[in-house]
Amino acid sequence: METRYLPYILILPVTLFLCLFFLYPFVLVAQQAFWTDSGWSMQNFRDVTGHWKFPISLKNTLYLAAIVVPVQLVLALLMATMVRNMKKGRDLVLYVWTIPLGISDLAAGIIWLAIFEQSGFLNSMLSGLGVVDKPINLLTYQNPGIVFIAIALAEIWRATAIMLVILVAGIGLIPKEYYEAAEVFGASPWKRFTRITLPLLRPSLSTALVIRVILAFEVFAVVQAIGGTLFPVLMSETFNYQFELLNSGAAAAVALIILAISIAFTVLILRLLRVPKGATI
Amino acid sequence: MTTVATDTPMTDPRKAGRYVYAAGVFLLCAWVIVPLYFLLINTLSSPEAVNAFPKSFVPEFDLGSLTFFAGFAGMLTALKNSILVAVLTMILSIAVGAPAGYALSRFDFRGKEVFRMLILLTRAFPLPLLALPLAVMFIRTGLDDTIFGLALVHTTLAMPFAVLITFSLFSGIPLELEEAAWTLGCTRLTAFTKVVLPLILPGITASAIFAFVISWNEVFAAAVLTIENRTLTAFLLTNLDTSPLHLKFAGGFILVVPALIFIFAVRKYLFAMWGIANR
Amino acid sequence: MSFNLKLAGAVAGVAILVSSVAAQAEVLFWSTQAKPVEEAQAMREQVLAGAGDVDYQPNDGGPWLTRLNAELQAGSGAIGVLGALHGDFSAMNPDDLVDLEGMMSGSDTFNSLAKLGTDNMQYVPWMQASYIMAANKEALQYLPDGADIDALTYDQLIEWAGNVMEATGEAKFGFPAGPKGLKHRFFQGYLYPSYTDGVVRTFASDDAVVAWEKMRELWAVTNPASTNFSFLQEQLLSGDAWIVFDHTSRVAQAFNERPDDFVAFPAPAGPKGRGFMPVLAGVAIPRTAPDMDAAKALVAHMLKPETQIATLRATNFFPVVDVDLPGDLPPAVQAAGDAVAKMSGAADANPGLLPAGLGDKGGEFSQLYTETFERIVLAGQDIRTVLDDHKPRLQAIMDASGAPCWAPDAASDGPCPVE
Repeated sequence: METRYLPYILILPVTLFLCLFFLYPFVLVAQQAFWTDSGWSMQNFRDVTGHWKFPISLKNTLYLAAIVVPVQLVLALLMATMVRNMKKGRDLVLYVWTIPLGISDLAAGIIWLAIFEQSGFLNSMLSGLGVVDKPINLLTYQNPGIVFIAIALAEIWRATAIMLVILVAGIGLIPKEYYEAAEVFGASPWKRFTRITLPLLRPSLSTALVIRVILAFEVFAVVQAIGGTLFPVLMSETFNYQFELLNSGAAAAVALIILAISIAFTVLILRLLRVPKGATI
Repeated sequence: MTTVATDTPMTDPRKAGRYVYAAGVFLLCAWVIVPLYFLLINTLSSPEAVNAFPKSFVPEFDLGSLTFFAGFAGMLTALKNSILVAVLTMILSIAVGAPAGYALSRFDFRGKEVFRMLILLTRAFPLPLLALPLAVMFIRTGLDDTIFGLALVHTTLAMPFAVLITFSLFSGIPLELEEAAWTLGCTRLTAFTKVVLPLILPGITASAIFAFVISWNEVFAAAVLTIENRTLTAFLLTNLDTSPLHLKFAGGFILVVPALIFIFAVRKYLFAMWGIANR
Repeated sequence: MSFNLKLAGAVAGVAILVSSVAAQAEVLFWSTQAKPVEEAQAMREQVLAGAGDVDYQPNDGGPWLTRLNAELQAGSGAIGVLGALHGDFSAMNPDDLVDLEGMMSGSDTFNSLAKLGTDNMQYVPWMQASYIMAANKEALQYLPDGADIDALTYDQLIEWAGNVMEATGEAKFGFPAGPKGLKHRFFQGYLYPSYTDGVVRTFASDDAVVAWEKMRELWAVTNPASTNFSFLQEQLLSGDAWIVFDHTSRVAQAFNERPDDFVAFPAPAGPKGRGFMPVLAGVAIPRTAPDMDAAKALVAHMLKPETQIATLRATNFFPVVDVDLPGDLPPAVQAAGDAVAKMSGAADANPGLLPAGLGDKGGEFSQLYTETFERIVLAGQDIRTVLDDHKPRLQAIMDASGAPCWAPDAASDGPCPVE
């Protein structure tokens, strides 16, 4: 009897909380997307998707996520297994690797712009080493590739720690005996990683991936700092509609499109990395 | 318990492997630290040096930019507000979120998938759009311009992290462990507090870190929802992008430091979980 | 167990925090202007020092608008006085702003703009600025033969920037095309009036095609990283740009830091004269202001001559009332003041007005010019096609807002027609 209601009692606080502080404002905002002067319609969606910048923003957002998230996943896994095997100084190393967590995206944008701009640190380094004789202009509309790489690097630098911390927390729970047993049977480090770490890490992996993917679709401040107007993303379109064009209906429509994409990817990741019930180890 | 096993076989190819490994660790550390070092250089440089080319790679220890902010009225109050909001967010998000994480990992109940999606959606919709109805609600209920009110909004942002991280941690703890405790005469509650909670506590640090830094770095809601009780981030960051370059860096630096101190302070809890699971 | 204790402590703490907030007697000055930290500090310490208890809080447009709308919707709030640009106020519902009868600036043009098409003073003009050109003195040696820096034409400017590019190997004209850059004002107030003697009527004219061709030529000698530039003082100081166009307050830091290295001069002229345009900021009171008298007293304070001069020092925005300017103004103010005076005093001056009557379509209006630039200059699309493509959109904006033409366009009955 108690057990039947227990889960609902446990999720009740979160549900109430989110209904009040998320669902209620969300419904108010979302309905604006379906509302125009002439009544309920999909006009806002037709307007925003019909705009010539929309396909570019959509493409940019998806490409960036497609490059950044897998790189971060690999890096975070690498870092997490590295600290796992560390004997000395793991405390310090892990601290260093989690530092970017404490840096807001606005600050990260400022830092990376200082690196890539014409009189920035990268050019100073290159000219100091004699590679170039005068600073080269990297972030220009003629070099969309470099702009993309710079944004991707900044994002990888800033947000890999999010995945790292989740994965480190998860790896810590894998019993050491498993690795010891595997070693006794002569399993190579790679085998140990693919046969023990990866499968047992599945719950944390799916959490880290889902959260990171959702955040990747909302990327904004770093992109704006480095890409300027050259690299529109969906989120910058949302802000533009809301605060420049004062069109909250259109802003809500773009936001709902971001939401829909996020849902689609979340469902996909959760399906692929389904955690078996009870998580038998 | 027996770490000896990993230590003994140290043949030569393994040694080479160790060097690669050490180099990898070093490179990854440098990758994180070097950009931050640039921030430090620019913070400790005079306006002329910040604009100069080529840039110096050694700071000249000019404290002009930092002293400017030291003279800023209200910095300390704003710092206090920021810390209060962040700590409240931390406590609220774990207190409200962890039970749900446990429920998700241990029970199959109707509506579980919907519930999980709802939690994730909170992060998939941009907060700046939600800020308007939230602000109207807060003004009407008197939550406006309070530290508690802002912490509620930040908790909403931190909630998916709290629920999902605790969920994945609980999932990593074998149900058999709990069941064993039940057969030894524990109730569900005592089994949880005596067996599961000690195991999970370090992992909760991870979600605490997230809650803290999310709240610490959040600008938009803070700028809209606080007036008298401005947080440091709202106080500094909203106006940084239009400020002269050297102040941009100094302001950014000032914001980064407290967050780093916090992560440093809790890092050992994040680590305490190593080796616990096999006890 | 200890967890519950912590929670109880937190709740108790919250109760204390909530109760400590109640009392406040300050006037909250909620502004989009004087945002850079140094300017904000100067506003607090110098401009508002004698104005009683004022809390000056500058913000980005996003939070500024969100907070204001929330207070208006909730019907009560904390904001006492609003500080913003003409365009921000014209996008608001006239009922939401208190009539400021009896307070006005020294300029009739500004005062009538501030009525926003109603019979009341919706806001009071607070301070003004303009856009100017500035250059690193290093660049002066490359001025084309016979060119007078105070009376440049667009062709000479392009040639000049071309000379610099040839000599240094780098494009060093700087243009504020970044996300927060004010590029649209260049098209609306400078390029279009100089080449077409209009902004709206002549949007898709043959003269406009010529104007955009010139813009392309100028862009060819422009630092291609300009799409990242929003405050050209940064690029002047770093040397990434030698010749720039920007808002007077957005080049001010360069002059104040290294006054001997830079010169300020008027915007160039085209076949239809030397187009230029003012920037007007105002102060207003929202209907939800908690203390109406204190708010009105603060607005009155902002218009006092000594406050206006303090504001000039703090923000590089010029007074809107008659004042005698002291001799010891900061270098940026002197340089910008001279340049603006030469620009408005030029024989071929073709002053434009701020867009009026656009209401909440102001953002869309500016966006259209920016998009035209992005498609023609950045994406290299055919000029005629883009202009014809955007023409009906511009007409729709004018029709929806009902805005009549403003100078330099010839006056119109009803919405301004796109010809």
